[in-house]
Amino acid sequence: MAEGIRDKVVVLGMGCTKFGERWEAGPEDLAVEAFTECLADAQIEKKDIQASWLGSHIDEINIGKGGNFLGLTLKLPLIPVTRTENFCASGTEAFRGACYGVASGAYDIALAFGVEKLKDTGYGGLPDSPAFGQVQAMIGPNATAPGMFAQIATAYSAKYNVPMDRIKEAMAHISWKSHQNGAKNPRAHLRKPIPIEQIMGAPMIAYPLGLFDCCGVSDGSSCAIVTTPEIASKIKPNDPQVKVKALQVAVSSGEEALYTKWDGAGMITTREAAKRAYAEAGIKNPREEISMMEVHDCFSITEFATMEDLGISAPGTAADDILAGFYDLDGQIPCQPDGGLKCFGHPIAASGLRMLFEMYNQLLGRWPEDRAVKDPKYGLTHNLGGVPNQNVCSIAIVGLD
Amino acid sequence: MVGIRSYGGYVPRYRMNRMVVFGSMGWLNPANIMNAQGEKAVANFDEDAVTMASAAATDCIAGFDRESIGGVYFASTTASYKERLCANLISGSLATSEAVRTADFANGLKAGTTALIAALDAVAAGSANNVVVGAGDCRLGKMGSVQELMFGDGAAAMLVGDTDVIAEFKGAYSTGHDFVDHMRGAESKYDRQWEERWIRDIGFGQFLPEAITGLCEKLGMAPTDFTKVIYPCYYGGARKAINKKIGFEGEVVQDNMQAIIGDAGTAQSLMMLAKALEDAAPGDKLLVLSYGSGCDALAFEVTDAIKDLPKRRGISGCLARRAELDSYTKYMVWRRMCDPEMGLRGEEQKWTRWSLHWRWHKAMLGLIGSRCLACGTQQYPPQRVCVNPDCGAIDQMEPVIVSDKGGKVASFTSDMLAASTNPPAMYGSVNINGGGRYVFDFTDCTIDELAVGREVEFSFRVKMHDAVRDITNYFWKAVPVAEGVE
Repeated sequence: MAEGIRDKVVVLGMGCTKFGERWEAGPEDLAVEAFTECLADAQIEKKDIQASWLGSHIDEINIGKGGNFLGLTLKLPLIPVTRTENFCASGTEAFRGACYGVASGAYDIALAFGVEKLKDTGYGGLPDSPAFGQVQAMIGPNATAPGMFAQIATAYSAKYNVPMDRIKEAMAHISWKSHQNGAKNPRAHLRKPIPIEQIMGAPMIAYPLGLFDCCGVSDGSSCAIVTTPEIASKIKPNDPQVKVKALQVAVSSGEEALYTKWDGAGMITTREAAKRAYAEAGIKNPREEISMMEVHDCFSITEFATMEDLGISAPGTAADDILAGFYDLDGQIPCQPDGGLKCFGHPIAASGLRMLFEMYNQLLGRWPEDRAVKDPKYGLTHNLGGVPNQNVCSIAIVGLD
Repeated sequence: MVGIRSYGGYVPRYRMNRMVVFGSMGWLNPANIMNAQGEKAVANFDEDAVTMASAAATDCIAGFDRESIGGVYFASTTASYKERLCANLISGSLATSEAVRTADFANGLKAGTTALIAALDAVAAGSANNVVVGAGDCRLGKMGSVQELMFGDGAAAMLVGDTDVIAEFKGAYSTGHDFVDHMRGAESKYDRQWEERWIRDIGFGQFLPEAITGLCEKLGMAPTDFTKVIYPCYYGGARKAINKKIGFEGEVVQDNMQAIIGDAGTAQSLMMLAKALEDAAPGDKLLVLSYGSGCDALAFEVTDAIKDLPKRRGISGCLARRAELDSYTKYMVWRRMCDPEMGLRGEEQKWTRWSLHWRWHKAMLGLIGSRCLACGTQQYPPQRVCVNPDCGAIDQMEPVIVSDKGGKVASFTSDMLAASTNPPAMYGSVNINGGGRYVFDFTDCTIDELAVGREVEFSFRVKMHDAVRDITNYFWKAVPVAEGVE
């Protein structure tokens, strides 16, 4: 029986660019920026890296196909580079590839990379592309990401009989909280606290999501170097080790999109991936044991539903916890301590590793006091790619011993 | 006995008061105030002659066996394709067998009745049976023109067969004249007309009476033998003159619905016939005339079978589903009369891959899904592996038509980000009655009409128009069923 990779892999170093509208930077610039920081943090040399996994999502712009971008840009010495594309989980998938490479014993040191240059499309929102193939491009709805995610709210309201006003209030708190956190973070794209009234009064993008319920689109890159605990002990003998506790992915089966059982009020992939991740990490009661989270707040309603899908808030009660400040920076489980997608924007494949970058640094106590989570043990990251009825969910849990 | 077995009608939901048009364009042509009375029916942004004819044909064949349909004829002067048979699109939307005779009738406004005669003749000859004749038109006049005010959008359909006919075909008489009162060149978008006095006096005033006389002589009847006379002509004075000349009085003359729909081109006579059949009684003798490039005149006698035909939605049912279009510029955008900024997102290229389309054409045109023989789960689009997580049977599927099943809204949104000529784009998950779910675009509604659990029906619509390649793609959208309206 497979037991997972708990404690078999250590994050040796990480790097992360400033996210934002990086008009001056191409994907090459972003990659070099993240890699330089990561290499210095890992205290190794480039030649020590034996394999790499490269996450990128959008084909139409950005870096093109295959793994060549990274080899060429970083002048990697003929090592394997495998491109991972799995919607918003692409970065976490790169991390999973690198971790499995090390945990399997195939490599001593591996590099996980995420890079996404989106701000060359010429318009707001994600590029319009036949993401689900040609048939859906012909018969699927004239939809955008906010519209697909917005439907969680209408379905949730119907299922739990929670008035839309209450959901809107909780969604506004989510965005307010993330802006509070992001304002303190020099790497964030959006760095202004936003008053609740402004959030509530913003123009509608896709009912019931207003402007501030939607994360921005930005450019960014983030990466990690992983190795075994033994090698990490040799390289950094005096440092605490951030270990990988769980890595899980769940992909929609078609049940949500085509079968009538799914209620649309949350993601069954997240519920499944969370169950597997807690088992892999040995976590019995996530509400008590998880110290902090970076979840996929592409839209405030996604974060809202994810609080229940992760088993932290009971079904139908997310609004209560959210409005009680449970997920605020000074709450019991700070969610999005770095500002989240809300403030970082969402360069698709960079986001998963950006979330891990935050958990890693929080665990190592590297952040200034005004945005530090107190004595964290476990940090959870979550990505939800695609659209709610056809998605890819990845969950990573990292922690100190 | 050969004749009409069933009928269907379609009028688009949007109606535009002619004063809205005049209010925007009257400055250019002040004399048009004479024509700015009543309202005209306007096809929604996702409707055209094909979708309207499909809707009328769907109404027409409700309750009939799709497999029994032996022909589908489509008449229009505004078909979306010059090469690609639009009758096949309608046949596809009706999910008929593909062993079917399909034909497009075009160019002259009398093409609707010509298609009907062709169907009647085919049935009489025994070479085809149960032929659906659909006519739809969506003609454009230039900004500020008379035609812009007088034309309206709509469709009608007739099912022609040899059993249980509700209106027996008695005979037809036709004329063909190269009388160019209205014309559109092969590359033209807008109608061009010659002097109206000429059209009125020689066109309607002379050709219609000639056709009536011709038919009556052929059948040995007098014009006054008819209990209902159906003919197009939106000139009030000309109608009076024709009625007086032939001896038609009062209720005998079928209303041309000019005040509430407008002249619907090839569909006009068939829409009036469909409306007349709504109220017809056994024994009624109907005279149907068309006009445009000549005339067709047809005689029918209503039979007892009309009492057994279940009520159609018909023209009346469509007229009851009404929404105001209060913006002339919106009309211009919907009809592609101008070039609005759709944003860079709207410029993204969308390919139509015809070999893929052919593999999927039944699923796309007919909204045909699959039903699992192992567990009974209905699903759309058709699947090889059953979507029921407790089943998962492989290749145990039979096709199932879901276009007529309707469904219930499971989730919804209205999206201002998506590029659309009718924002916000509305869409959501629909649980199809009988099983299965798909995310459909909603149309013919506002966000206020959407709610989880709301009943919807499916409607064949323009899914996408690729202006670069001049491709119009069709698919099904969901329309909320209005409460209290059939």
